[in-house]
Amino acid sequence: MTHATHDTRPSGSLRGATLPKWFPWAVAGASAALGYGISAAAGLHSDIQWALIAALLFIGGSYALSAKVEGRRQARDRTATSLVWVAFLLAVIPLASLTWETVKRGIEVLDGYFLTHSMGVVADTEPGGGIYHALLGTLEQVGLATAISVPVGVLTAIYLVEYGRGRLAKAVTFFVDVMTGIPSIVAGLFVLSLWILILGMGYSGFAGAMALSILMIPVVVRSTEEMLKLVPNELREASLALGVPKWRTILKVVLPTSVGGITTGVMLAIARITGETAPVLLLVWGTNFINANPFQDPQASLPMYIYLQYTNGSEAAYDRAWAAALTLIAFIMILNLVARGIARWKAPKTGR
Amino acid sequence: MDTTTQKPAAPPAPGPAAPPDTRTARGVTRPGDRIFLGLSRGSGIFVLVLMAAIAAFLTYRASLAISKDEANFFTTFEWNPSGSPPEFGIAVLAFGTVVSSVIAMVIAVPVAVAIALFITHYAPRRLGGPIGYVIDLLAAVPSIVYGLWGALVLVPHLDGLYGWLDDYLGWTGILEWNDGAPRSLFTVGILLAVMILPIITNVSREVFRQVPRMHEEAALALGATRWEVIRMSVLPFGRSGVISASMLGLGRALGETMAVAMVLSPSFTINASLLDPGGGTFAQNIASKFNEATEMGRDALIASGLVLFVITLLVNGAARLIIARRKEYSGANA
Repeated sequence: MTHATHDTRPSGSLRGATLPKWFPWAVAGASAALGYGISAAAGLHSDIQWALIAALLFIGGSYALSAKVEGRRQARDRTATSLVWVAFLLAVIPLASLTWETVKRGIEVLDGYFLTHSMGVVADTEPGGGIYHALLGTLEQVGLATAISVPVGVLTAIYLVEYGRGRLAKAVTFFVDVMTGIPSIVAGLFVLSLWILILGMGYSGFAGAMALSILMIPVVVRSTEEMLKLVPNELREASLALGVPKWRTILKVVLPTSVGGITTGVMLAIARITGETAPVLLLVWGTNFINANPFQDPQASLPMYIYLQYTNGSEAAYDRAWAAALTLIAFIMILNLVARGIARWKAPKTGR
Repeated sequence: MDTTTQKPAAPPAPGPAAPPDTRTARGVTRPGDRIFLGLSRGSGIFVLVLMAAIAAFLTYRASLAISKDEANFFTTFEWNPSGSPPEFGIAVLAFGTVVSSVIAMVIAVPVAVAIALFITHYAPRRLGGPIGYVIDLLAAVPSIVYGLWGALVLVPHLDGLYGWLDDYLGWTGILEWNDGAPRSLFTVGILLAVMILPIITNVSREVFRQVPRMHEEAALALGATRWEVIRMSVLPFGRSGVISASMLGLGRALGETMAVAMVLSPSFTINASLLDPGGGTFAQNIASKFNEATEMGRDALIASGLVLFVITLLVNGAARLIIARRKEYSGANA
């Protein structure tokens, strides 16, 4: 824009020459065909290659044509548009493939039997068996982690929003932020060093739950804090003006108003820790048998089951891994969808 | 509230003798209040204690291991903590962690920014919302599933690409490929890029959405094309947001465990070529060495975990600083 572009307008018109609307589609089609043709002629086998060639042809082609007809600024605009589209398509491919493969391969083995039986009497290399023990373990570990994290997280958030002034509140805010970034394996190592190496306890579902709650607490604090901040101050003041003590105001006015948002935050946090594998791998150890007691002896868990089946390496084990992955994703997606549903349904009325 | 509302605090006693009750005026005398404040402050303090405990116990166990280490902890290319003498070092792990994360960032950040722009500025409005929603959901897919997909779907599809890179760019030495299974640091980088893409996209999208409409309309009114609008008003406004989003993604890539452990075929060497299998990362090394480790071996793994902890703290801290600075001067975060 600093230097004048060459004026390509036909005389008598205020608008520059523009390419027709179907132009990008035509170029896209032509470059896809050309890219496929070139890679077929050159004997390249990978899908990635012809897609890359086609993408390059598309970007270069639309720039050249548009620069010729519409001028350089328009051409640059078109290039940016095509780059954005190409990036989007490039990113969609792996994500779509992930979803597609998981559903396609997972559905093969997934049935009622798979959900209700353990691996206890099945050799790892043979088909059969199921994930009952892993499901049970995951539910118990996640349940325990939630039972630890929700009170701590919600109370911390209440402290930050309702009471927090001064240095302590600042420190808590900062360290909650820091905690959000702890890699899951480090949380696992911490519980390992304290609970198992120093206190001498055994591997158990509870040890895993403690590590999971380290990952869950900051998420709960953050989301609850956001929700409590949305509660209008007038509500608090009205309640306090009636002489209601502050703690009853919080319990009976502030929390009920924001309960929808808090539930959503908790469910999203649960969805996040359900898929955590690393700490569970270090602390729960894993077993092929049903162990309903999370406080004693190794348990199984769904993400770890996927890992163990994967490392086993036989076709039957891969099938089970995919089916377990599908179960896990389905569980997490349902949690997510329900949580978002609740958020929409119970959104706090902010008076706007 | 209806039935449980307490009767108002006792009315001040009549009579001239009663002194004015300053305590009720400050409102902290009720036992219920004191208990509740204690509970919630206690939770806050618990979080602080927890963080301190994490740092303290990791450091304690790590120091046990490092004091027995016969080799230099930072420069040794070996991991043999239960040998005699025990020798282990994090050089290979640090290299692998940094390289795979850098590859992931180089791929993911431009693509994520492009997708965020696509959602906010390019996609037809009816498409933008659902796409954003789907990417939100994809951010929730657990890493173990990405790992499974990477190992069983992505790896077999990379042969062609790597052969190609080797043919044309093999002379650089960095992109040389000797026909091993493509379970290399480069593959890990690609997989990590796919994993952190949704996170970076989500945060960037939020930032781009906050760009003041007036800035864009002003640029449009001056005759700017859509790309010029983005370059002149959207990107400058969103720059710090994108940087901090990338840092958050980087933090996740650095600490990623299972996906790396499933895709990489590790070895304790540093390859000049990124396409050849080998190398390792902190988290991957912990996950794959843990089962056979002796107590000494575990302490050594904890020592490497401590290094990872410090690195992620620094990265996340930097991201928070950038966000905080931005809040101060832009005023757009209300």
